[in-house]
Amino acid sequence: MSLLFKRSGILTTLQDLGRYGYQRFGINPTGAMDTTAARIANLLVSNDENEPVIEMHFPAPEIIFQRDVIASIAGAEMSATLNGDTLDNWSTFFGREGDTLRFEGKKLGNRAYLAIHGGLRVAKWLGSSSTNLAARAGGFHGRGIRSGDILDTIDTALDNRLLGRRAAQSLIPLYRPFPTVRVIRGAEFDLMDEQSKIKFETLDFAISNDSNRMGFRLAGDALDLVRKCELLSSAVSYGTIQLLPNGQMIVLMAAHQTTGGYPRIAHVISRDLPLVGQLGPGDRVGFHVVDIAHAEDLAVEFEREMSMFRVAAFGGKRW
Amino acid sequence: MTSNVPFRIFPLGDSALTVEFGDTISAEINDIAISLAEHLEADRFPGFIESVPAFASTTIYYNLVEIRKHFGGFPTAFDAVSALVYRTLDALKIGQADIRRRIEIPVDFSPSAALDLDELAGQKGLSRDEVIAIFTSREYRVYMLGFLPGFSYMGEVDERIASPRKESPRTEVPAGSIGIAGTQTGIYSLRSPGGWQIIGRTPLDMFDVRHDPPAFLRAGDIVSFVATK
Repeated sequence: MSLLFKRSGILTTLQDLGRYGYQRFGINPTGAMDTTAARIANLLVSNDENEPVIEMHFPAPEIIFQRDVIASIAGAEMSATLNGDTLDNWSTFFGREGDTLRFEGKKLGNRAYLAIHGGLRVAKWLGSSSTNLAARAGGFHGRGIRSGDILDTIDTALDNRLLGRRAAQSLIPLYRPFPTVRVIRGAEFDLMDEQSKIKFETLDFAISNDSNRMGFRLAGDALDLVRKCELLSSAVSYGTIQLLPNGQMIVLMAAHQTTGGYPRIAHVISRDLPLVGQLGPGDRVGFHVVDIAHAEDLAVEFEREMSMFRVAAFGGKRW
Repeated sequence: MTSNVPFRIFPLGDSALTVEFGDTISAEINDIAISLAEHLEADRFPGFIESVPAFASTTIYYNLVEIRKHFGGFPTAFDAVSALVYRTLDALKIGQADIRRRIEIPVDFSPSAALDLDELAGQKGLSRDEVIAIFTSREYRVYMLGFLPGFSYMGEVDERIASPRKESPRTEVPAGSIGIAGTQTGIYSLRSPGGWQIIGRTPLDMFDVRHDPPAFLRAGDIVSFVATK
């Protein structure tokens, strides 16, 4: 009663919304890069939002269902097919025992999420099912999925009313390969010279090949500080933008280390993290500074919409 | 007690803030950072997620939507959590040295474990045994954990054996390796790339996924090293 990964994909891991409470021991939270897509994938199949989902990059895995399932896909548009028939993104589908799920091509975004109604059978580590590759723990034996792996699902009565569900358009992040994302100033923002502050807000920066779930290295015009700045190591967070000594930036992503010592020039706001979380090498990003009150208001507004979606997701009615 | 220690509070994104007590490494300031973090963990406010002490700062992660719901009198969640920090700092009792754990760590200083000991001794004009004697003659404070799951930043190493990071980091340092970087020392909790000068290795597991918490050390511990042979 399970999923067989006939092909693993290049980086397929189990993730939930992150492992919090252990950063003071150096254990990074990890979790889904695009938590909005992970949450929506779960809610579409009436799972708890924090259930582990399968996070996939392209080339994505090829999965054979070894039982009938109701599942959902969300996040990056990767042209999913079931036995060759096109599946809609941000929607639920019925997979029959023996059916093959494939992702034929990457069209928009870089991380797709698969949620299974009823959930995956994963032992939690420190309260979370997220895979922590640094600690080699959590998720599927603390590692990425390999070809031939079998992932157990939790048996559940299939509720046909889940079929035909689709996420409201207003909830779906507007992924773009060149987004302008909103940030708030970091503690060292004002250490940048005036020219660099203008560059930061007006130029765009390329996501370099040397980017992964830990962080995105950006390439573009160098930014300068008015004076050299050496910081004691302190905690960082998902979305922290650090300025490296060579004038280039790094955006800390979901699997970032817990602490860092580079100047913190800005932080991506929560509302826009999914847009960054869907970028990949070759994409570009621009920044727009907002104040913290606005950043908070946007998060509150989004959570209000999510809570309505949550009510609908567990209402049990056909959509 | 903390009223005369200057600090500033700044947002670390919209869901965390950092309280920074200056930019120097000292046991007194580190005690304040750790005590603030421990106090907040023990007496959790609605919307609190976790707190992380570092050398001279404490970072508090929170659910901003929950904060806004519970502390509606403040214009922002950042303001509300800042106010909670002020209140906590006013009432803070700094952890006394007697509640800090004292931990002895056995160390194998033999050449197969102490990858850089000969080189370091040579640079310092000391013998291997002299370096070991200097290193094991004092206690070290665990200032913080970070970099790797369970990696401990400790200080301070005697100036006579303080040594900068290696010019080119090793691609793989064995788990348990004890390194020196400047006047800091630390233990590689996991096998990992690393640039610290490796002067020994402990057989103890510094990180064990079967334990909760998995890290052997925590911030504020007082560590002494003992040669195994």
